[in-house]
Amino acid sequence: MVISMIGQLGRNVMHGVAKIGDATMFGLASLRLLFSRPWQGKHFVMQMYAIGVGSLIIIVITGAFTGMVLALQGYHMLVKVGTESLLGPAVALSIIRELGPVLAALMFVGRAGSSITAEIGIMRVTEQMDALEMMAVNPQARVMLTRIIACALALPLLVGIFDVVGLYAGYLIGVEMLGVNGGVYMGETIDKIDMIDIETGLTKSIYFGLLIGIICTFMGHRATATTEGVAKATTQAVMLCSVMVLILDYIITSFYL
Amino acid sequence: MIKIVSLNHEFGSVKALDNINLNIEKGKVTVIMGGSGSGKTTLLRLLAGLTPPTSGSIFFAGEDLAKVSRKRLYELRMRVGMVFQYSALLNSLNVYENVAFTLHEHTDLDESVIQTIVTMKLEQVGLRGFEDMMPSQLSGGMAKRVAFARALAMDPQVVFFDEPTSGLDPISAGVVSSLIHETTVKTRMTSVVVTHDVQAGLDIADHVILLWEGKVIAEGKSESIKQSDDPRVQQFIEGRPNGPIPFSRSQTAYIDDLMHKPGCVRMS
Repeated sequence: MVISMIGQLGRNVMHGVAKIGDATMFGLASLRLLFSRPWQGKHFVMQMYAIGVGSLIIIVITGAFTGMVLALQGYHMLVKVGTESLLGPAVALSIIRELGPVLAALMFVGRAGSSITAEIGIMRVTEQMDALEMMAVNPQARVMLTRIIACALALPLLVGIFDVVGLYAGYLIGVEMLGVNGGVYMGETIDKIDMIDIETGLTKSIYFGLLIGIICTFMGHRATATTEGVAKATTQAVMLCSVMVLILDYIITSFYL
Repeated sequence: MIKIVSLNHEFGSVKALDNINLNIEKGKVTVIMGGSGSGKTTLLRLLAGLTPPTSGSIFFAGEDLAKVSRKRLYELRMRVGMVFQYSALLNSLNVYENVAFTLHEHTDLDESVIQTIVTMKLEQVGLRGFEDMMPSQLSGGMAKRVAFARALAMDPQVVFFDEPTSGLDPISAGVVSSLIHETTVKTRMTSVVVTHDVQAGLDIADHVILLWEGKVIAEGKSESIKQSDDPRVQQFIEGRPNGPIPFSRSQTAYIDDLMHKPGCVRMS
């Protein structure tokens, strides 16, 4: 009983490691096609539009409410120790370094990542991948690579928008509603935010974008070619991306302290 | 046109194709028939170079598909068209864009020239005027005809058809069958059709290949196939449920399973 459980655990771990290896190889093989002809320029732009603009509304809403709740919560904590003048930097640092990239990435997974996996899975079920192959168009370059790159470019931009909206929403709550001095709020924020903070956020968002792109295309590509298989792959892709984003977030943060 | 030499293909331990040797002639309609699981779709995928074979060679115009580079394979594919079982139209593009897809991808023709070609191909399949429809708005038969037009866009030397008549009503199936025959004669292309539709298959075929359990059991003109005295061939053509090809795939005795006899319960 115990032995078989340990055996099962071992098999699951081996299976997981093998899958990570597969996904990495798949990602690298796709990215390598970036330097091969034909150049997929037009298709990058089309994917950027589909993925990026499609996620805009949800990112703006999430950003606004994150900024608002941070200001509200932060004010009530800071005011107890009389340091509400630090509300600005508290909100700004949380958003720029952590919450912006992470929350935007999680929303992005739900909005864009899931649809990438499902779309690729369905393209496989309906033989569209084979059709591309037969029409002498490399599906890995046309379908996979364009989506991976689009994710890696769109997410940093979305995080930028998330940050701006979040900071402004925080300012509105902190200054206009709770009455912190506007000059102090802005002054402290500008004073305490360094280039390294913005760099951290940007680095995170690029890696998150790449990660989401690779995982979501990989899961779609490896989905069993049935309706059930696509459904399962989509769920797994969203779960895996969310967890990996949080793990990667910790790793990158530890490099940027 | 296509020559297959001692071709084998396995999925895990299951042997899907067993030592196949075939010659597909230029300018003819070759029909590959067989029941479900006989290996005919696998054979078509190997012929199209979508799956590499476990062993053996497929020579397309003298070049071994398993040995050519990916780049060369794509060059060869520009001379090949394929009509898939479920049409496989790209559903983000409309009919015009689907038919024009390969022309947009692989040629530098002016849009007006492409438009002319697309109009001609759609006329050929009787769907001129449907350019702006999306694949989701088409019926199965229409989608298959659009897929046919798309396969013809580059004036291919060889066109592969995977179950061209399955899932279609008798009229649409007849239309598609006669389209295949007519186009092959008119444009002198080579057609390879995989089907389990015996009547349609025998009607359009110049050459018939009958597969059973991954082996070729009969080969020749439609007439000689019809008159074959191989009981397996006759069973398939007449569609009888029982004969040398058994209806039941069960491996154990029915009575043993009903009696729950130990040792007869299949574990998988």
